[in-house]
Amino acid sequence: MSPAAICLTTIGAIVAFGTAIGFLAGVRRRMDLEQWTVGGRGFGTLLVFLLMAGEVYTTFAFLGASGWAYSRGGPALYVLTYLTLAYVVSFFFLPQLWEAGRRYGMQTESDFFAVRYGNRHLAGFVCIVGIVCFIPYLQLQITGLGIIVSVASFGGIGRVPAMSFAVVLLVAFVFAGGVRAVAWVSVVKDALMLLAAVAIGIGIPLVHFGGIGPMFAQLAHEHPAHLTMPGATANLGHAWYVSTVLLTSLGFYMWPHAFAAAFTARSGDTLRRNALVMPIYSLTLAFIFFAGFASVLIVPGMANGDLALLTVVRQTFPPWFLGIVGGAGALTAMVPASIFLLTAATLFAKNLFRPLCAPAMSDDQVARLARAMVAVMGLVSLMLAVFTSSTLVSLLLTGYAGVAQFFPGVVLGLYWRRVSTTAVFTGLVVGVASAVVLMVSHHDPLFGVSAGFLALCLNFVIVIGGSLLGAPSGHEREERVRAEQFASMFE
Amino acid sequence: MKKPSAAALSLALLPFLTMCFSVPLWDRIHPMLLGLPFNMLWLIVWIVLSSLCMWCAYRVETARDTPARRGR
Repeated sequence: MSPAAICLTTIGAIVAFGTAIGFLAGVRRRMDLEQWTVGGRGFGTLLVFLLMAGEVYTTFAFLGASGWAYSRGGPALYVLTYLTLAYVVSFFFLPQLWEAGRRYGMQTESDFFAVRYGNRHLAGFVCIVGIVCFIPYLQLQITGLGIIVSVASFGGIGRVPAMSFAVVLLVAFVFAGGVRAVAWVSVVKDALMLLAAVAIGIGIPLVHFGGIGPMFAQLAHEHPAHLTMPGATANLGHAWYVSTVLLTSLGFYMWPHAFAAAFTARSGDTLRRNALVMPIYSLTLAFIFFAGFASVLIVPGMANGDLALLTVVRQTFPPWFLGIVGGAGALTAMVPASIFLLTAATLFAKNLFRPLCAPAMSDDQVARLARAMVAVMGLVSLMLAVFTSSTLVSLLLTGYAGVAQFFPGVVLGLYWRRVSTTAVFTGLVVGVASAVVLMVSHHDPLFGVSAGFLALCLNFVIVIGGSLLGAPSGHEREERVRAEQFASMFE
Repeated sequence: MKKPSAAALSLALLPFLTMCFSVPLWDRIHPMLLGLPFNMLWLIVWIVLSSLCMWCAYRVETARDTPARRGR
């Protein structure tokens, strides 16, 4: 067998094994909307952990983080920080959010806004922003899958056929399995990825330099500027680091899928415990960074940094091992991508289409429409992945600038009685609009500060200022009643 | 489930100070310890310590919750 055949067979076997486990998990359960989207709200600590780890450690962590360590250097370290701080932040509102979710039967992030603020238009807007932000994140996973297959086939299979095949597989998988299937495939995915990350993080420096220490010593000697901020970039310095870490750690659980994952838990305490364990898990990323930094010395001058990790793995290890790394990478893209598809489709069917176009739809019809939307979303992201190109990290940061704008509305909505619907809506619209304007006009970062973070600050000022000054909206009584119901839950 | 307490919040401030706001103080290569550049080692150590901070915060929060549950 040729190296490419060995490698692709290994990847195929791993993906088939993972998918089979997912299908088995979904069999013999009636898939109503509640079961399909939030797993019947019965996941214990272990399953919630698996689901959350499953959706957090995506191709972004695998290829994107190493790609940035290779092409940008020091600024890539923000990834280690934000993943840790995101859990620290989550500890203080996710359990309370779960409580509210159970009391009011929420399944999506848009449900939260509908219930807390009683405004259909606000909920609809949240829904649209959420779906739009998913598209770059989905595109990231599909691009990652394309990279894996084309490197693993030694260039034999093009990126476009590889990505198309991946999308078909994804849609079929989400269609059949729902959220429970996804959580169980995460078991295989995480085990493999942990193994692959440690093996390459230690193995690559060992083979080429005799260890991690000698590798960094050589890098510090030859490219000392690469290891600190701003590394190989002109404007990603300390101000960028602090602002990006704040934006992404506050925005982390504002991703509609992460938000919805909180509702799968059996209790609020499950989520608290989850927040303690997850940071340790992000240590895996340190190993991926070792491999990414080693690539700077081994394969200098590659135009696309996202390819660096796999190219070095191909040079260092036998084909079957590249197959294992590729298979782990493929599942690492597929598991989160199926969660994104599931969440975006549910958001569209349940929170946008039903309330605005067909209020009489039953839950079963919503579930069917959601399944149809899975295919549409898959296709749209495939198109984008084929026709546009961007580094994996910048795709993710684009999405973050959007979803982070939900943060003031969520957290103040939970804890602050005085927050007003008008202020939240205005802040959200202004935040999203200013993030879009700054990014489209290439002003990210602006004066060395992340554009999404500036937009978030503006958003906060409007929400807090607007609520304190408060133009009367004519719905004060209802607003006060809702605020009272929420705040009294946590006293 | 109650609102977060001030004690737990202040425990959470520590990871933010050490890993985020203080970046100009630790973003350098030397001294290299355990073969790692200083900034990377600093972050790795604080990932573990953050988890420890949150464990303390967890103890604080569950201690507050328990008597309330008994009273219900």
